[in-house]
Amino acid sequence: MHTKTITELAQGLRAKEFSSVELTHAYLDRIKQYAELNCFITVTEDYALAAAAQADKALALGNAPLLTGIPIAQKDIFCTNGIRTSCGSKMLDNFIAPYNATVVEKFNQAGAVMLGKLNMDEFAMGSSNETSFYGAVQNPWDTNTVAGGSSGGSAAAVAARLAVATTGTDTGGSIRQPAALCGITGIKPTYGRVSRYGMIAYASSLDQGGSMARNAEDAAILLQTMAGFDPKDSTSVDVAVPDYQAGLNNSLQGLKIGLPKEFFSADLNPEIAATLLAAIEEYKKLGAEVKEISMPMLEYAIPAYYVIASAECSANLSRFDGVRYGYRCENPKDLTDLYTRSRGEAFGAEVKRRILMGTYALSAGYYDAYYLKAQKVRRLITEDFKRALSEVDVIMGPVSPSTAFGIGEKTADPIEMYLADIYTIAINLAGLPAMSIPAGFVNKMPVGLQIIGNYFDEARLLNIAHQYQQVTDWHQQTPKGFA
Amino acid sequence: MSLCATDVKKIAHLARLGIEEKDVSSYAQDLSGMLDLVAQMNALNTDAVSTMAHPLEQTQRLRPDCVTEINQREHFQIIAPQVESGLYLVPKVIE
Repeated sequence: MHTKTITELAQGLRAKEFSSVELTHAYLDRIKQYAELNCFITVTEDYALAAAAQADKALALGNAPLLTGIPIAQKDIFCTNGIRTSCGSKMLDNFIAPYNATVVEKFNQAGAVMLGKLNMDEFAMGSSNETSFYGAVQNPWDTNTVAGGSSGGSAAAVAARLAVATTGTDTGGSIRQPAALCGITGIKPTYGRVSRYGMIAYASSLDQGGSMARNAEDAAILLQTMAGFDPKDSTSVDVAVPDYQAGLNNSLQGLKIGLPKEFFSADLNPEIAATLLAAIEEYKKLGAEVKEISMPMLEYAIPAYYVIASAECSANLSRFDGVRYGYRCENPKDLTDLYTRSRGEAFGAEVKRRILMGTYALSAGYYDAYYLKAQKVRRLITEDFKRALSEVDVIMGPVSPSTAFGIGEKTADPIEMYLADIYTIAINLAGLPAMSIPAGFVNKMPVGLQIIGNYFDEARLLNIAHQYQQVTDWHQQTPKGFA
Repeated sequence: MSLCATDVKKIAHLARLGIEEKDVSSYAQDLSGMLDLVAQMNALNTDAVSTMAHPLEQTQRLRPDCVTEINQREHFQIIAPQVESGLYLVPKVIE
């Protein structure tokens, strides 16, 4: 059963080949069997089986929504009522969320079965899942390598077939990079497309939830459930959600693809470059036209990001004070000691670095030089994209400069880890939607192709990804030992 | 730009963030590295550029001034570290 896609599972459930309870048991067994991958922070077995039993009843009555009885899993950044929501941090290790995130609520209403909460970098800060309080996630393609981050558990769980699809969030590449490193399909929608209500905030002007799945069709099904205006999220955008599946089979004849020369510079591993160019050749066969473009502002994305994201993180994470919920230190001697020690003992090193950086950037005398400057650079980067997307329909390029690296290999130098986000960060600054799809292998490790589209053009991205997946089988490869 | 141990301690105090003495120098080094990275922005002249706070240039949405939330104090306080009579307890502030 675990080899099937959402569409196939939905058919199987309706044809009574298996029940949702049987399907859920099958996935729970796999989660136990491959526990060493460390994909899950919390497995919600009883909750899942109860939801599956409920789903079977709904399926028997007929007319149940498409996702009814389908086992998925949530990144542990989405609040789940009555279930621990840790955000990968010691700070929230004891936090039983008192309400559901809108995304969780929508999946519940759609009848999906939640298998558990997925491992992630602490507060989504990291690109390797190694900053998690619960330890790194192993990449199923080579268990000595990282799964990527911050949605590492989400990506590895789909790659290892421990859930048919998962949710993720992406602030600087946290859906696309782990999707690329684990050989799955992931979409980061336009900023504001998916509600952030109940999604623990890291950098509020960049954070965006999205879906991670085996292929574009499944990613479309999940996004259909997640997307839409939410009055509970003040940054949610009130734009109608199209039918993401309806256009999957549209022809790509005449599609204009832009390749930024800055994306294919000497910094990119030549084998990855060759893999991506082969994928682009495939698109030419599908009728696309390719044009070289230039986006000179891209190189300023990382500096601007580390000011904006750190500043927003320092403000967002000030809510964790040891008073109302989360970790509290033992025997505080006064209020300042309570704040300082609770935060000092419960946050990991990467979170502390970003809080310190953000606090500095926002402090008196430095605000203009850092935060305002970064917001101006952000506009220049966004204008680069707008200009490019007035000439071409989509932009393609790499997701990550390398395939998955060894666990522990890059932890000594945080800056080196930041630089690896070069191809993904600018998209968050501009607020555009983007995908990563499997495009081949280098030394037996998956390579992702990034597809960047215009605002609210998710349907087109999914169409472009789906058409590629009709003529290639990279997305159908399964890591050895997980078939 | 480089930060020294005193700078790091001052920033940590502003953030009410405890860091251990033995880690101060490595934070100073990491933050200095981050500031060097960030300084690359200075190569751009942004005098005539306006700031961008929201990718879609949205402003805060307004809603009618009516109560939408119900009181859930007890529900929310179940997860609090220390409460008494519906109040969150913290160390004594006034001597």
